[in-house]
Amino acid sequence: MEIHRHLDEDLDTLRDTVLRLGGEAETAIRRAMHSLSERDSAEARDVLEHDDAIDQLEVEVDRRAVDIFALRQPAARDLRFVMSVTKMAPVLERIADHACNIARAAIDLNSEPELQNHMRIRRMGEIASSMLAGALDAFTKRDAIAAREVIKRDSEINDLYNGIFHELIEMMVKEPSTATRDARLLFVAKHLERIGDYVTDICELTVYMAEAAVIKHKH
Amino acid sequence: MMSTPTPTLKPQFDVRSHVSQAPRATKIDVRGLNFYYGRSQALKDISITIPERMVMAFIGPSGCGKTTLLRTLNRMNDVIPHTRLEGSIAIDGENIYAVGADVVELRRKVGMVFQKSNPFPKSVFDNVAYGLKINRLTSNKHELEDRVEAALKDAALWEEVKDRLKSSALSLSGGQQQRLCIARALAIRPEVILMDEPASALDPIATTKIEELIVDLKLKYTIVIVTHNMQQAARVSDLTAFFLMGKLIEVNSTEKIFTAPDEKLTEDYITGRFG
Repeated sequence: MEIHRHLDEDLDTLRDTVLRLGGEAETAIRRAMHSLSERDSAEARDVLEHDDAIDQLEVEVDRRAVDIFALRQPAARDLRFVMSVTKMAPVLERIADHACNIARAAIDLNSEPELQNHMRIRRMGEIASSMLAGALDAFTKRDAIAAREVIKRDSEINDLYNGIFHELIEMMVKEPSTATRDARLLFVAKHLERIGDYVTDICELTVYMAEAAVIKHKH
Repeated sequence: MMSTPTPTLKPQFDVRSHVSQAPRATKIDVRGLNFYYGRSQALKDISITIPERMVMAFIGPSGCGKTTLLRTLNRMNDVIPHTRLEGSIAIDGENIYAVGADVVELRRKVGMVFQKSNPFPKSVFDNVAYGLKINRLTSNKHELEDRVEAALKDAALWEEVKDRLKSSALSLSGGQQQRLCIARALAIRPEVILMDEPASALDPIATTKIEELIVDLKLKYTIVIVTHNMQQAARVSDLTAFFLMGKLIEVNSTEKIFTAPDEKLTEDYITGRFG
C-alpha cells in the first residue's frame, strides 16, 4: 500500500506544520503578555521580529495542502482534515498578528509611567493562551468533545472584557491624563477578546474534522 | 464575536444526515436480492432503490458484485448458465423477473453500455439505426434518419460525425466509438441506461466527454454506472453505493459518501486504507 503510505506521510507533515504554527502563535501570545506585565520591551520586539517566521509557516501549510489536494485527492476524513487545516492556518496567523499588536501596545505602555497592575487583563491573557493550547491539543487528538469544552471558555474572556471595558472607560473619565494609556490597554483587552473568538473558530474546525458536523455560526 | 450568546454546541447542519437531492420517484427497486453463480453467492440480500433521472454509481473492489448487480437490472445474467436469482427487482413498479415478463421489452427500456466499445462493423449510421430497424420502431426512412440524428446529438457525437455517417464505425476514435455505442443505446429511447466502466479504456479528454455526457443524459434518463474510478463516481453521480464481498455496505448521496460516509468500511475504501 505504497500510495497510502505517501498520503499518510503527507498528512502527518501537514499536521506537524500547522501544529508548529499553532505553537508559535501560542508562544507569541504568552511572550507579548509577559512583555506587558514585566514591562520588557525587548521581549515585545522579539515577538514582532518573529512574526515573519510565523507568516512563512502559514504559507508552508497552504503549499502542502495544495500539493495534497492536487496529488492525493483526499476523501472523507482525510478531506475533512486537509480542509480544516487550510482554514485553521490563517486563523492561527491572525492570532499571532493580535499578539504582535499586544506587543506594540506593550512597547508604548512600557515607555510611560506604569498604570495600576491590571490583573484582569493578565487573566484574559492566561485564558487565551490556555484556550489555544487546549484547542491545539483537541485538534491533535481529533477530540471533538475537548474542542467543545474549549469553546465554552470563550464566555470567560468575553465577561472579563466587558468588565475591563467599563473599568477603563470609568478611569478615562476620572483621570483624563491617563486616557491614552487606558485606551492602549483597552486595545490589548480587545485583541485578547478577538483571540478567544479565533480559538473558537479553530475548535469548530476540529469538530468538523472529527465528526463532520458543522457547528460554525450555530452557538 | 463577543456578542455571541453562550454556546449551545448543537449542530444544526450535520453533513452526516445531509442528502442534497430533492425526492424523486423510484425508478428501480431492488428487494432482498441474492444472486448465485452455481454454488457461489455473488450478491447477498441487496436492497436498494434508484430514483428516476439520477445517476447512481456502484463502487467497490473487484469481485464485490457491482457488475453482477448492474447486469441483473436488464437480465443480462440470464444468458449465463447455472445462475440463480432470489428476491425481486421492480422497474416502474413491475417485477422484471416475474413469470411472463417481456425480456425484449425490458432490454429496450433498459439500455446498456459496456466497458469496451463494441460498435458493429458497419457504418456510423447503421450502428445507430440497427436497433430501430430490428425492432421496427420507425415507419419510414425519413423518421429513421431523424431518430439517428437525435440519438447522435444526445450522445454529443453529431457534430463530429454528421459528415461521415457512411464511414465505418471502426474508423472512429475510441472515445467516439464509445459515444456511438451510447447513441446506439439511446436510439431506441430507453428509460434507464446501465454503464459498465464506460470510460475505463479512454484517455482523459475522451473520458471528460463521456462524463459530461452522463451529466447531460440524466435530465432524460436514469443512469446506473459501475466504475473503479472513484473520482469519476464523485464527478458524475448523485448517489453512490459501496459494495463489498457481495454486500451493499452503504448507499448515500455522493457528496456524503466522499466527505463523511456513515460506514467505516466505506471510509476505509475511499480513503485508500482498505485491507
